[in-house]
Amino acid sequence: MDVVRRGAGAAAPRSTVGGVQIVTHSHREGVWTVVSVAGELDVVGGPDLRQQVMAEVRAGNHRLVLDLHGVDFIDSFGLGVIVGALKRTRLLDGDLRLVVPEPRLRRVFEVCDLDRVFVLHPTVEAALGAGA
Amino acid sequence: MAADGPDGDEMAVADFRPGEIVLEIPARTEFVSLVRVVVAAAAEIEPDMDHARIEDLRVAVSEATTNAIVAHDLHGVTDRVRIQCNLADDEVAVVVHDQGMGFEPDEVPLLPEPEAPERLLHESGLGVHLMRMLTDESEFSSSETGTDVRLVVYSSKRRRRNSDG
Repeated sequence: MDVVRRGAGAAAPRSTVGGVQIVTHSHREGVWTVVSVAGELDVVGGPDLRQQVMAEVRAGNHRLVLDLHGVDFIDSFGLGVIVGALKRTRLLDGDLRLVVPEPRLRRVFEVCDLDRVFVLHPTVEAALGAGA
Repeated sequence: MAADGPDGDEMAVADFRPGEIVLEIPARTEFVSLVRVVVAAAAEIEPDMDHARIEDLRVAVSEATTNAIVAHDLHGVTDRVRIQCNLADDEVAVVVHDQGMGFEPDEVPLLPEPEAPERLLHESGLGVHLMRMLTDESEFSSSETGTDVRLVVYSSKRRRRNSDG
C-alpha cells in the first residue's frame, strides 16, 4: 500500500520561512520498503524523516530503501538522521539502502566519508538489485 | 560611522559597505532555510562564482546558522542571530554571529572511522568538519559572550589564480 505523509504524518503541513517541509511516500517492493523523500533534510526536515523511519521500523519494516532523489538539500543534521536510521534497522537485523542520484548531495556524503558507510545508489532499481 | 542629526545630536548610521547584506533573524530553526536562500541568491550575483561553490557555501552557512540558533536556545538568549554576507570581486564571505556561550571547535571530538561499528553511535558531530571542508577559509572566534563563524568561498577566477601559483 502506498502511504504519503507530510512532515511526520501530521494532518497539517508545517511550514518553514522560505523553505519546504519534507514529504515522504512509502511503498513495498518485495521485502523492502521504499521511502521516497522530498524537501530539505536539515534541522527542520530531519526530525520529520526520523519520525517516519521510526514509524516504519515500529511497523516491522526493517529493510528500508531511502530514495533521496527529491531532496533539494542536506546538511549534517540530515546526515545524522540517516546514520541513525541505519543503526535502528541493523539493530533489528534489517538494513538501509540509499538512493542518491544528485551529485551535490553525493558530495556532502563523500566529504564526510559516509560513502564508506553507505553505497550511494543512482536509482531505486539499483538499490533493490544490489547484493547483500 | 556617525552623522549629525537635525538638532546637532550624533546619530548612528549603519555603516554598510557596497556588496554587504545583513540579516538578523529570530533564533528559530524555521529561519535557517531563509538564510540559505538569501546567501545563495546573493552569491549568484557574483558572475565568476561557480554554482558548485555556492552549493558548498549553502551547506556551510546552514551549519553555522543552525549552531548559532542552538547556542541561543541552549543558553536562553532571546536576541537575534546576525548573518553578514559580503560580496567582493573574488570571494563571498559570510559571518554568522551568535551570543551563546561560545565553543571550542578544536575540541569537537573526532568521530570513529566510517567502517567502525561504533561510528553508527554518532548521529551528530559533522557540522564543523563540513564547514571546514566546503569552504576556502573558515574561522571560528569564540568567547563566553558569543561566537563568530567566518566562512569564505573564492570565485573560480581566484581559485585558478591560486592554483597557478
